[in-house]
Amino acid sequence: MNNGRRNFLKIAGISAFALGSGAAATLMGGAPAEAAGIGSYEESSRALHAKRWAMVIDTRKFRTKADFDKVIRACHTYHNVPDIPTEQDIKWMWTDTYDHVFTDDMNEQLPKKMLQDKYLLLCNHCTNPPCVRVCPTQATFKLENGIVAMDFHRCIGCRFCMAGCPYGARSFNYMDPRKYLSDPVPNPKYPTRMPGVVEKCSFCVERLAVGLQPACVEASGGAILFGDLNDPQSVVRKALAENYSIRRKPSLGTQPGVYYLV
Amino acid sequence: MVEKLLKGPKCYYMWLLFLVAVIAVCGLVYIQQLMQGLTVTGMSRNVSWGLYISQFTYFVGVAASAVMLVLPAYFHHYKQFKRMIIFGEFMAIGAVVMCALFIVVDLGQPQRMANVMLHPSPNSVMFYDMIVLIGYLCLNAVIGWVTLEAERLDVDPPKWIKYLIYLSIIWAFSIHTVTAFLYAGLPGRHYWLTAIMAARFLSSAFCSGPAILLLLVLGLKRLTGFDPGKEAVKTLTVIITYAMCINVFFYLLEVFTAFYSGIPGHQHPLVYLFAGHGGSVPWVTWCMWAAVILAIGSLCVLIPPKLRENMNLLPWALGALVIASWIDKGLGLLIGGFTPTPFETFTNYMPTLMEVMVALGVYAIGLLVISLLWKIALDVKKEAGNF
Repeated sequence: MNNGRRNFLKIAGISAFALGSGAAATLMGGAPAEAAGIGSYEESSRALHAKRWAMVIDTRKFRTKADFDKVIRACHTYHNVPDIPTEQDIKWMWTDTYDHVFTDDMNEQLPKKMLQDKYLLLCNHCTNPPCVRVCPTQATFKLENGIVAMDFHRCIGCRFCMAGCPYGARSFNYMDPRKYLSDPVPNPKYPTRMPGVVEKCSFCVERLAVGLQPACVEASGGAILFGDLNDPQSVVRKALAENYSIRRKPSLGTQPGVYYLV
Repeated sequence: MVEKLLKGPKCYYMWLLFLVAVIAVCGLVYIQQLMQGLTVTGMSRNVSWGLYISQFTYFVGVAASAVMLVLPAYFHHYKQFKRMIIFGEFMAIGAVVMCALFIVVDLGQPQRMANVMLHPSPNSVMFYDMIVLIGYLCLNAVIGWVTLEAERLDVDPPKWIKYLIYLSIIWAFSIHTVTAFLYAGLPGRHYWLTAIMAARFLSSAFCSGPAILLLLVLGLKRLTGFDPGKEAVKTLTVIITYAMCINVFFYLLEVFTAFYSGIPGHQHPLVYLFAGHGGSVPWVTWCMWAAVILAIGSLCVLIPPKLRENMNLLPWALGALVIASWIDKGLGLLIGGFTPTPFETFTNYMPTLMEVMVALGVYAIGLLVISLLWKIALDVKKEAGNF
C-alpha cells in the first residue's frame, strides 16, 4: 500500500508540474512526463495523432467469455481499476446484453444469438458530450482529437456528469479504491484514484501520447479497431465503409465515437 | 439588533440547545462520511444522486416561495402581508443555507469546492445555480435586515431597498428555474427531460413553501402570541390552494404525455414509481401512493372556502400538502430520474441511516438559522408595537 501510494504521489506530482506548464496531455501518466525537461514540455516524437479518434468493435469476433475477459482485463489492469463487488463498483469496460446496450434499437424478433450475446461497453467519447457540458469545474473536457478526458485532481465529485451521461459510462469512487487493489498496484505507472472522484475510460490518451494503441485494442487481436474517423484511409473508416455498423442511442445527438459492427 | 438573540425565555434556550445537540451528533456522522467516503450512503453507480440532492432541490423551492408574500405586497400593494414578510424572507435565508449545505455534503471532494469558482464553466447549469443561490441569499439578508431595522426605528425603509425587492422577486423565480434546468437539460433521463420541469418546480414550490411558512407562523402564534393577521392567513391559503391545483395539474400533464404518446421511455419511470417493476414493489411506490392520497385530501379541504377557513382543519391540510409535495419532489423526482437506468435496468435506492442523519443535521442547521433570525424579528416587532 505504502509503495503504491508513494508511486501515486510521485506521478501526481509530475502530472501537476506538467499541467502547470500547460501540457494537458500528460495529466494521465508517467511515460510522457519523461520527455518533460524542467519548465518545458515536448511531445513525444512517437505520439499518435488524429483529428477524431474513433473505435470500431467487431462484435462478430467476440465469441467466448474469454474474448471479453482478455480486453477488459487489459484495460482494468493498465488503469488500476479496482474490482469492487457491490453496486458502488468501478467499471471502465464491461459487457451487457443487446436489450441493455442498444435500448432504442430493440426488436424481439432479432436472431436469438444476437439477443443472447454480450456486447462490450465503454465511454463513447461523444462528439457532443453531455458530461463535458454539465461539469461545473471543467474536470471533464474534450481534447481536440475528440477524446473526452478527465482531470481526477480537479473533480469535486458532484456527479453531475453521471446524471448527464446517457450511456452509464461513468463510475464514482464511493470508497477508497486502493483497498481493492493489489499491493503493489497492477500498473505503478498509472495513478490510482482517491475516494470521491468520478472516472471513466480515457481512450488510453496517455498511451497514444507515446505511440501505443489503447490497451484493449492491443489485447483484442484485431477485434477492436482504433483510428482517425476523419481519415478515409484509416482502419476504422475502411471497416465502417465495408460493414453495417450501429451506435448506442443515436437519437440523442451525442454522436458516439464507438461503433459496433453487428 | 443582534443583542435580541441573548435574552429570551427558558424554552427558547432549550430549543437552541436541542438543535445544537442534533447538529453535533449529525456532525459526527458527517465526519464519518468524510473519512469513509460516500459509500456510507445508499447511492450506487446507477443511482448516483440521492437524498442530499433531492433535499437541495426541495429547499430551493422553499427559499423561492418567499416571493409569494413579497410579490403581492410590493407589486400589488397588498398591505396585509407586510407583517409577515420578514418571516418569509428569513425563512428563505435558512432554506438557502440548507441548500448550500446539502450540496456540500453530497460532494465527493468537498475541500475542492472552490474549483467551481476557480474554473468557472458557463456551460454548466451548476455554475449558474451557485451564482443565483448566493445572490438570493445576499438579497434576502440585505432586504430583511434593512426593512427590520427601519421597523425598529419606526421610520420608512430607505427608497433604494424597493429596487432590491423588485430584483428579489424576479430572482426568486430564477433560482428555481435554474434548479429545474439542472435536470431538464439531460439527455437520456426520461423523467426529467420535460419542458414543463421548471413550471412544475415553481408550482410545487409556491404551494409547499408558503404552506411550511404558514404552519410555522401558526405555531409561532401559539407560542408567542404573534398574530400574522386573519386576512393575511386567508389570502396566503388561497395562494397555496391555487399553486397546489396547478402543481397537480402539471403532474397529470406529464402522465398524459407519457401514456397517450405510448413512448416506453416516458412511461417507465412513472410505472416504476407507482407500480414497481417485475412484480417487486419498491418502498418508494408506497410513498408515491401516500402522496396521491395526501394531495387529494389536502385539496378536498383547501378548495371549499368553508373548510379552508376552518382554523382547526387548516394545519392538517397544510401538513398533508407539505408531505405530498415533499414525496413528489424530495423522493420521486430523483428516484424516477435514475430508475430505470440508462441500460433500462432497475437499481433500487434506499437512503441509509447515516445518510438520513446527515440530512437531519442539515435540517437542524437550517432550523437554527431560522430560529435565530425569527427571534430577532419577533423582538423587534414587540419593541415597535407591531406584535
